[in-house]
Amino acid sequence: MDGLTFEGITKQFGDLKALDNVSLSIRQGEIFSLLGPSGCGKTTLLRICAGFETPDSGRVLLNGEDITGLPANRRRVNTIFQNYALFPNMTLRANIAFGLQVAKVPKKEIADRVEAMLQLVQLEKHAHKRPNQISGGQKQRVAIARALVNRPQVLLLDEPLAALDLKLRQRMLVELGDIHDEVGTTFVYVTHDQGEAMGLSDRIAVLNHGVVEQVGTPPEIYEAPRSSFTAAFIGDTNFFNGRVCEIVDSEYCTVEIDGLEPRIRMFNDKNLRANVPVDLSIRPEKFSIHRQPPDSAQERNTLRGVVENVIYLGSHTKWWVRVSDEYLISVTSQHSRFLLDKDPIRWEEEVWISWHADDGYMLERYNESDESLVALPDTEVQTLEDEPE
Amino acid sequence: MKSSRLPATTVWLTLLFFYLPILVLVVNSFNAHKYGGSWDGFTLKWYVRLFEDRAVWHALGNSLVVALASTIVSTVLGTVAAYAMSRFASRLQKVQYGLIYMPLIVPDILMGMSLLLFFLSVGFELGLASICVAHITFCISYVAMVVFARLQDFDYSIMEAAYDLGADSRTAVLKVLLPALAPGIAAGALLAFTLSIDDFVITFFVSGPGSSTLPVHIYSMMKHSRFMPVINALSTLLLVVTFAAVGVSQYLTTKKGNGVK
Repeated sequence: MDGLTFEGITKQFGDLKALDNVSLSIRQGEIFSLLGPSGCGKTTLLRICAGFETPDSGRVLLNGEDITGLPANRRRVNTIFQNYALFPNMTLRANIAFGLQVAKVPKKEIADRVEAMLQLVQLEKHAHKRPNQISGGQKQRVAIARALVNRPQVLLLDEPLAALDLKLRQRMLVELGDIHDEVGTTFVYVTHDQGEAMGLSDRIAVLNHGVVEQVGTPPEIYEAPRSSFTAAFIGDTNFFNGRVCEIVDSEYCTVEIDGLEPRIRMFNDKNLRANVPVDLSIRPEKFSIHRQPPDSAQERNTLRGVVENVIYLGSHTKWWVRVSDEYLISVTSQHSRFLLDKDPIRWEEEVWISWHADDGYMLERYNESDESLVALPDTEVQTLEDEPE
Repeated sequence: MKSSRLPATTVWLTLLFFYLPILVLVVNSFNAHKYGGSWDGFTLKWYVRLFEDRAVWHALGNSLVVALASTIVSTVLGTVAAYAMSRFASRLQKVQYGLIYMPLIVPDILMGMSLLLFFLSVGFELGLASICVAHITFCISYVAMVVFARLQDFDYSIMEAAYDLGADSRTAVLKVLLPALAPGIAAGALLAFTLSIDDFVITFFVSGPGSSTLPVHIYSMMKHSRFMPVINALSTLLLVVTFAAVGVSQYLTTKKGNGVK
């Protein structure tokens, strides 16, 4: 089997369970991100893959071969460290050649491959310099070249952009994508920055407290978060707690939100039964904001409220709308025309917000993963154990 | 506003305080008068006498042998100790640090006495070997401290990077760790060498017959003060050598600095 597989990896540091039975399978050639807050275990998983840590239990398979016990220097896996970890006493060329020299590759071939790498990362002119003579972005590129010159089967990247400033980070993100397209190696990318993960990855695994919360493509993770953790960690969202009220048809149901007047129409993709408690997540950009009550289409939900706060953010504006004592909803809207949005909605105005029934998402209450909550499989039923892969 | 003369005066007085005794020594080494009380005319006879004095050369040889041997051994051991202390942090680390730090604060005379008692009690013959052992004992501490300081801002992830790129421990240490620590190790070794070559108190206790180092020999020459001018000549030569060494080392450091920066 091609690719990188983690099977039931568990790792404990003292009292802290860094990884708890983590299983993931990463396909050959994809960019796979491990995303999560600090302390979620993502770096530990990466270090286990590189061979710097040994899991307490579980196996790591690379192309079907068990590499769990293989020392770091015998794995065809290379790492890009957060601080690049370039060798300060060597020139950039010597840094890049290090792995090949250790592997006793013939001199001529080393020279050729190093030159090709220098070209790939556009550092031919700086090859004679030492790491302390170049900029952060250049160091980053040397680190990439130094790893890729060995033609690893997997390239591990440990928050490689964290030390760069915002503009440079965005440029390097594009460059990383280009380099991946060029070499086609599997990238495993560790980050706490959802923007980086969404922008670069083919698939993302969201980790929290050593557990995989969800694995999926960036749109899947964003649009269909399985847990409230994922919904809140990736992007901005509004949460509602309530219970299923009435099953309208095979697709829709109504939901009663505690302390909110009208019932909400929701897409019932999980086929929940009536009276089952649910958490809803609705992203701020899914709402439309109006001065007048909008036409009440059946598939749209409308709430009335008062603007409590307005934040102008350049590309869009964010409103905080108070719709009940408990619920302060964040709503964002893009500016379509430069300075021509007529008479923008202001503070303390009475507004209506509306959204399509398909645009909310029911989260799984994972402690209540009880089969009895789910309707019998008359249609297509997704159980809670399903990995959306 | 007219600037005060006080700072300049202070500087000159301090310099005078530092260097006047040395100047007196240098001048007296060329003084024909036996006790240096008055100027009897220029002479080089004390230098001639010095070069004829085989005991001085013997002592200098001893000093160099001891300094070289103890520098080499203590540099290796001190570096290893510093690496172990910084890399493998444990609860014992503070204790180990204290133990290594101890010889720096224990008075020399105490060290000398305790080493002498130790050598006598285990029946270790006093001679060059015992001096070397004694010097290594305190030089390790200095080397370890200097290298440890260097390791404080050493980034261990470059070692991991070396392993990651396929290096075994030996290659990682030789090609990555040692080059990065080289300035610290060199500084520690130099310190060890200087400390060893001019140590008097400890050496005085643990040296045996015929194993006098230069400082101990100079002391015994001074006891028979008729050799006074010869000592002046010797000191002047040492001074020249020291200044030359400092000059060369300064030149090398600045040159290296320019190359790297």
